[in-house]
Amino acid sequence: MKSDERYEIRFSGSGGQGIITAAVVMADGVGAYDNQHVCQTQSYGPEARGGKSKAEVVISGSPIDYPKALRVDLLLAMTQTACDAYFSDIKSNGLLVVDSSLVKQLPSSRSVSIPFTQIAREKIGRELVANMVALGAVGFLCGQVSLEGLEKALLSRVPKGTEQMNSEALHAGIEEARKINLALLPKSVFSEWEDEL
Amino acid sequence: MESINESKQKKILLQGNEAIVAGALAAGCRFFAGYPITPASEISEILSVKLPEVGGTFIQMEDEIASMGAVIGASLAGVKAMTATSGPGFSLIQENLGYGCIAEVPCVIINVMRGGPSTGLPTSPSQGDVQMARWGTHGDHPIIVLAVSSVADCFSVTIKAFNLSEKYRIPVIILSDEVVAHTRESVTLPKQGQIRIFDRVKPDVPPEWYKPYADNNRGVPDMAAFGDGYRHHVTGLVHDEKGFPTQDAQEIDKFLRRIHTKVSKGFQDIQITKTHLMEDAEVCVIAYGSVARSALRAVRDARKLGVKAGLVQLVTLFPFPRKAVDTYLRQCRVAIVPEMNLGQMSREIGRVNQAGCRIVKHNRIDGQLITPEEILKHITTV
Repeated sequence: MKSDERYEIRFSGSGGQGIITAAVVMADGVGAYDNQHVCQTQSYGPEARGGKSKAEVVISGSPIDYPKALRVDLLLAMTQTACDAYFSDIKSNGLLVVDSSLVKQLPSSRSVSIPFTQIAREKIGRELVANMVALGAVGFLCGQVSLEGLEKALLSRVPKGTEQMNSEALHAGIEEARKINLALLPKSVFSEWEDEL
Repeated sequence: MESINESKQKKILLQGNEAIVAGALAAGCRFFAGYPITPASEISEILSVKLPEVGGTFIQMEDEIASMGAVIGASLAGVKAMTATSGPGFSLIQENLGYGCIAEVPCVIINVMRGGPSTGLPTSPSQGDVQMARWGTHGDHPIIVLAVSSVADCFSVTIKAFNLSEKYRIPVIILSDEVVAHTRESVTLPKQGQIRIFDRVKPDVPPEWYKPYADNNRGVPDMAAFGDGYRHHVTGLVHDEKGFPTQDAQEIDKFLRRIHTKVSKGFQDIQITKTHLMEDAEVCVIAYGSVARSALRAVRDARKLGVKAGLVQLVTLFPFPRKAVDTYLRQCRVAIVPEMNLGQMSREIGRVNQAGCRIVKHNRIDGQLITPEEILKHITTV
């Protein structure tokens, strides 16, 4: 990445899904273990469970000026509502990653669908860690963080006694993402519309 | 949060509020009294754990009036002390803040600005307390107000605040806002040995010669702590050199002028501004707090479009850095002042603008951070 370029990730879903935790771990993985500049912000409001939740991570080779996302490179949507609300901020060559257990209507074919919640429930045994499954996939797909650094950050941030479960969830996400061939996706999130025009 | 005494400097991810705590502890703060309030609560929460670990004291008080009283008391006993609050709590702080000013008690007050007036917008950023920070407590009083815009700032400006409060025996207010408070950034904190710390000057005369409010060449009297063996009377009434109330017109005038001139003597040390791309700038953006970050982005984008734009970031809001701002107003044809209020700082800038520079205000009061795009639009159209 050129020094003043930014890579912006937005994690979105509903309150209680661990959206902010996922973003904090991502930021920690990038900032503390990968020596990149990183800035993490989140929606901060009275809504607790059920409300729309969003958290952003901006990564750059040089100190970051504006702390929030300007044009999103990777959007993770863990609910349909979040997907609908935040899709429009994505760059044309950005990537949409959705939890296909909960997002059924895709606004673009330039997207990756992985059933994070289902994987968390069936492979790990707890729906609670769907955020970490998603984080694994996002970490792999964005190419901005070393997976080793991401795991170190995760282990330092999750409650004692849950390390193994969270770590397994992260790896499950990474493995799912490995199966995706990004080269097969359309070049632009808007490409189908452009073709129609 | 990692220990700041760690010998190896390591990059860590910190929130603005966490960095204020780290800065306060590094500066030697060992007393905190406060009452939790969004979006400043993390400061109390973390200090309630960290202060006892370093032999300090944390008290949750019944309200912010009492908090400020406790902070002043602790400082008079010789301990570096602070409190942290937001909007409604900052209103209550004002009561005892004036006591801190007249009794010349070093202390630091953090106000993480949220939307107001009243309970207003508890979870949204704002810059609505700028003039209140300067004039919130009654009477002609001296005060120092600093603003933070990043996590790194939160650490270094908090240290600076303690140093200034100790050096000039004055309450120092730090204005943060919800965006700065809750943004996490990777930072490398300096080692404790690399940090310059200023401690208040204590008297070295025999106790019977000590005059707690006697003038000297700095205008800042030496300060004995309660319990040091020096008799020391402290009052909110205007007082003479010995600290006792006075009605003598000459003494009153001398005292009140001294507590103002001690600050003006230190302007060079106190008035901090930072500049970016100002060398050849024709248009400048003057900003502070989180908005300064949007402004920096806008200025960089403007340069890419060929516009000679620069940023003047105010770290010290009061005493207003008139000299520095005046220089840039003379250099530029337009100054854009974006603020999350209706123009509390642009009024100050207009006040010192003798060069006839055009001042363009950009104000947002909807609880949202001003974006780079909004500022860039002004830069490219003025």
